Amino acid sequence: MAALVLAEHNNSLLDEATAKAVTAATKVSTPVHVLVAGYDCRSAAEQASKLLRVEKILLSDDPRYANFLAEPMAELVLSLAGSYDAILAPATANGKNILPRVAATLDVPQISEILAAESSDIFLRPIYAGNAIQKVEAKGFKKVITVRVSAFAAAASGGAAAIESIPPAGDPGLSRFVDENLTRSERPELTAAKIVISGGRGLQSKDNFVLIERIADRLGAAIGASRAAVDAGFVPNDRQVGQTGKIVAPELYIAVGISGAIQHLAGMKDSKVIVAINKDESAPIFNVADFGLVADLFEALPEFERALQQS
Amino acid sequence: MKVLVPVKRVIDFNVAVRVKADRSGVDLANVKMSINPFDEIAVEEAVRLKEKGKASEIIAVTIGPAAAQETLRTALAMGADRGILVKHETELEPLGVAKILRAVCLEEQPGLVILGKQAIDDDCNQVGQMLAALLSWGQGTFAAKVEVHDGEVGVTREVDGGLQTVALKLPAVISTDLRLNEPRYASLPNIMKARKKPIAEKTAADYGVDAAPRLKVLEVREPEKRRSGMRLTSAAELVGKLRERGLI
Repeated sequence: MAALVLAEHNNSLLDEATAKAVTAATKVSTPVHVLVAGYDCRSAAEQASKLLRVEKILLSDDPRYANFLAEPMAELVLSLAGSYDAILAPATANGKNILPRVAATLDVPQISEILAAESSDIFLRPIYAGNAIQKVEAKGFKKVITVRVSAFAAAASGGAAAIESIPPAGDPGLSRFVDENLTRSERPELTAAKIVISGGRGLQSKDNFVLIERIADRLGAAIGASRAAVDAGFVPNDRQVGQTGKIVAPELYIAVGISGAIQHLAGMKDSKVIVAINKDESAPIFNVADFGLVADLFEALPEFERALQQS
Repeated sequence: MKVLVPVKRVIDFNVAVRVKADRSGVDLANVKMSINPFDEIAVEEAVRLKEKGKASEIIAVTIGPAAAQETLRTALAMGADRGILVKHETELEPLGVAKILRAVCLEEQPGLVILGKQAIDDDCNQVGQMLAALLSWGQGTFAAKVEVHDGEVGVTREVDGGLQTVALKLPAVISTDLRLNEPRYASLPNIMKARKKPIAEKTAADYGVDAAPRLKVLEVREPEKRRSGMRLTSAAELVGKLRERGLI
């Protein structure tokens, strides 16, 4: 049979998460087909066609898919499901929204956020926010899988897969798009950033977060926060990194004035390199830090900024 | 309009989980258990809808062992009117949970189901979407804002890079994200009152549902441990190290 990957895109640009999900798909079933569903989204399909190891692109270009609503998107995936023994999506907001709907209608379980495929039916996935790893076997039914994109390398480009246009499926008419408000921040998205700098209760106030912002601007980093900083009202709670917030795994994570509660560690401990700046030398954050600096952050951050200026 | 709020009993978010030596799972013995934090937000949202006159009755439902009754009492103390405990001793997958909840919905006929976007134990993030699919209802996942109108509910959702607002026909399923609200603490009088609120006991068999798991868990193991690295003496030294490693 074959694997179908649901592409993540914004109707013009293909998200790198797609290329990562393709890599995961090749370990589950081949050939790999990619479904690009959206509106006025041919350019995203063309980008997907360049991914190596993708045999075919299915393009469904219709206004009903413009905003990727789960109800019509799931109908489309279900209309194609018969030809595939595995259906995958990156574990993005869209993938997580759409795929369980597909799985339930097919009466199969979903395997969420796989970290690795040990074989075509044995998968590793994180539980307890990555504090434990579960190995599961899925045999005897169609596999519906979301992929933790930070765990897979992106499929290389250089291919030239055919693009086949397919008609839209029915719209169940349960939902309609009203509007969207996407952050036009100069800073990268917290979960996609290569560098994240987070502040904790040690910052002491909302105003002091400017010290973090200055360094973030200089490094092109996203800004995160501990639950303590969010609860204290220093930053809005969409900045929270931790078990009940965002799970991040950047190349570099800088924790400033964060003690390292279990809750927080769960959200960032898969980062490639961790830096901790804290004046309490016994703070648990130092147990996971590659580079630790025991210092008063109100002196260390301005010094850090000055050192960055000197190249 | 009735609002159904499914809640789950999980290891408290402040507890460090320990993997059992035989790798069969996570040790739950003598560990503090609490209501799943996202479900607590769901209960709060339902109570606020009732306070605004949008909801007439709030029914909390949980599936689990007898001790899961405590989780229902937490929901009742926050303001739910009555509880349903679907007794189940063995492991369940999200699909099995969704099938049981579908049966509860067919019996109770709620106008809205509000539940956490995921449980912080298995981290699946599936039940709300699966329940909506099985009922052929619309779904508003990862909700940051909920507004009930006539026959419709507006849900502002946390999506990658911002917010998206959708309008769903009622009945519908809503899954909560962190930003939706800040749950209240139950007052002592309300905790006392909650003890007297009714809890109905059921089983999956009562609903005619086969909720047997389909995935086979081969093992549960600890992730690779991180080691602490080097201590530095100044921020300037730190910048030097990061440049050396090509990180900045």
